[in-house]
Amino acid sequence: MNVHEYQGKEVLRQYGVVVPRGQVAFTPEEAVEAAENLGGELWVVKAQIHAGGRGKAGGVKLAKSLDEVKQFASELLGSTLVTHQTGPEGKEVKRLLIEEGCRIKKEYYVGMVIDRSNSRITMMASEEGGTEIEEVAARTPEKIFKETVDPTVGLQPFQARRLAFSIGIPKEMVGKAVKFMLGLYRAFEQKDCSLAEINPLITTEDGQVMALDAKLNFDDNALYRHKDIAEFRDLDEEDPKEIEASKYDLSYIALDGNIGCMVNGAGLAMATMDIIKHYGGEPANFLDVGGGATAEKVTEAFKIILDDPHVKGILVNIFGGIMKCDVIAEGVVEAAKQVGLDRPLVVRLEGTNVERGQQILGESGLKITAADSMDDAAEKIVSLVR
Amino acid sequence: MSIFVNKDTKLIVQGITGSNGLFHTKQAIEYGTQVVAGVTPGKGGTEVEGVPVFNTVDEAVKATGANASAIYVPPAFAADAIMEAVDAELDLAVCITEHIPVQDMVKVKRYMEGKKTRLVGPNCPGVITPGECKIGIMPGYIHTPGKVGIVSRSGTLTYEAVHQLTVRNIGQSTAVGIGGDPVNGTNFIDVLQAFEADPETAAVIMIGEIGGTAEEEAAEWIQEHMTKPVVGFIGGQTAPPGKRMGHAGAIISGGKGTAAEKIAKLEECGVTVAPTPAEIGETLSRVLDEKGLLSDCITKN
Repeated sequence: MNVHEYQGKEVLRQYGVVVPRGQVAFTPEEAVEAAENLGGELWVVKAQIHAGGRGKAGGVKLAKSLDEVKQFASELLGSTLVTHQTGPEGKEVKRLLIEEGCRIKKEYYVGMVIDRSNSRITMMASEEGGTEIEEVAARTPEKIFKETVDPTVGLQPFQARRLAFSIGIPKEMVGKAVKFMLGLYRAFEQKDCSLAEINPLITTEDGQVMALDAKLNFDDNALYRHKDIAEFRDLDEEDPKEIEASKYDLSYIALDGNIGCMVNGAGLAMATMDIIKHYGGEPANFLDVGGGATAEKVTEAFKIILDDPHVKGILVNIFGGIMKCDVIAEGVVEAAKQVGLDRPLVVRLEGTNVERGQQILGESGLKITAADSMDDAAEKIVSLVR
Repeated sequence: MSIFVNKDTKLIVQGITGSNGLFHTKQAIEYGTQVVAGVTPGKGGTEVEGVPVFNTVDEAVKATGANASAIYVPPAFAADAIMEAVDAELDLAVCITEHIPVQDMVKVKRYMEGKKTRLVGPNCPGVITPGECKIGIMPGYIHTPGKVGIVSRSGTLTYEAVHQLTVRNIGQSTAVGIGGDPVNGTNFIDVLQAFEADPETAAVIMIGEIGGTAEEEAAEWIQEHMTKPVVGFIGGQTAPPGKRMGHAGAIISGGKGTAAEKIAKLEECGVTVAPTPAEIGETLSRVLDEKGLLSDCITKN
């Protein structure tokens, strides 16, 4: 799960990681109030959306007066930011973070990931702050330093020290940098993060080491033990169809095409998208109904697909194992009855109870095109939507 | 022959009294798997489907001589269940459970270092040696005993591949689902190594998907060490970047882990990659034919 920058910083603060003082604002008035509370003469007005590249897209403004705070807040709130991570449609700004201005001495990068190749948490650091780490990795990989963490003891001070010295943190500030990194590790470990990026980490003219930006991702599978993090979920940042699907435990991702897909199993669902594309079509979604779906779940899944006006035809591809083909068939028939099937539907069933499933579809009176293989199914639906 | 499991495998089921555990225990017994015990804390002394239930894995192993475990424990308790199986020195633990927090698995992997147990999964369909032993949730009847090994990150896509083989009378030696999570017990190379060493496996199908670099590492291993033909497929060629495609591990992040990269690497390393998921069986059949192995891989009824 993604969270906003201000929420990530809130978590970091709990672990002794220094972040600039700041306050969230939903209206220009709240923005001014936040700036007044913070005091000083320089404020940063930062758009809060779940995407990187906000600075370049004009989503971060430096205000030198309360009037400017108000002006920038009014401009940003309700505007749509297009960054390299939002896609061309962009994202609407509904929240702002108002922060005290900092006198930056130098920018660095610190990040944490779970390294799949060694099954360990890894902390990475670089002197190239402010640029994307992928870019640094491609251009100057020698400037990225890594420490692998042994989960039985956690990140050790010597490892943090080694990183701090490697990236050239001035020696009088190394102690603070170590404290920062150890706090970041504790937050990552105790709150079940799956990714953390502090870009940039800054040193300031007055000798501070702090997180100027913070991107934290949390492991969805661990949210059950972190109610505080689960509350950070911002539904405005998610596709409404994906929210609806998540209510029924369906794994759904909206795509740009016009062929709706309903499949069981993530691997087969991806492969079904691939084969649609192979035959010249475009999938409208990824949808995995899971291993143990009920007829009701299938009905809901089908409704979500039909709700999408871009969908010109539907492909159901099921390999029944635990999931029985007759259950899928019942769900499809029920959904079609409830909402009315007004678009071509191709169904490919294979596996457990396949004959019974085909019989249910055949007797339903619905206009369904049967397919006997994945190939056949993809070819048929692609030609039907043309 | 086969890898990891065979007719002599003695299986315990952790979480045998839960609905999933119970359902798949019945299926496993029906298939002919030797299910010798179940474990559910607090239900020791009872019996399920004629199988004795114990409170701890240790007790179950001591009483029955079991050497493998199937784990159907809910995600919050699964890491603990895996470590209990490892502590009891089983040869194999197969964890079917999906949605285990990834940092739990980081700790489990650390705990397993230097211990003898092989973990397959989590978030996987399991391991099956057709006609001998079925551990997991795959439908048994689609399989045929034979000589083609299968290793896959996906469940239903594995069934699809098995089905395509079975309809061509090409049997399978063992099918191993390594699971869709980013941190898992057994990787592609572990399984490829076992297939390479198994005299009864003649060829291998490897099914990967977007995310991580496990396929690339496997490709390099294949080029250096594998003498048997390998046919591959990579799912997610049309998956958008930054989106988690169902499996926790199936995500293109920072432009890395794309299907195109993986396919290119596999082909570069001598693996024949099926162009579509519908052509996995056909591609394997063609490769076997080219190598003069096809007739040897056809299962006679």
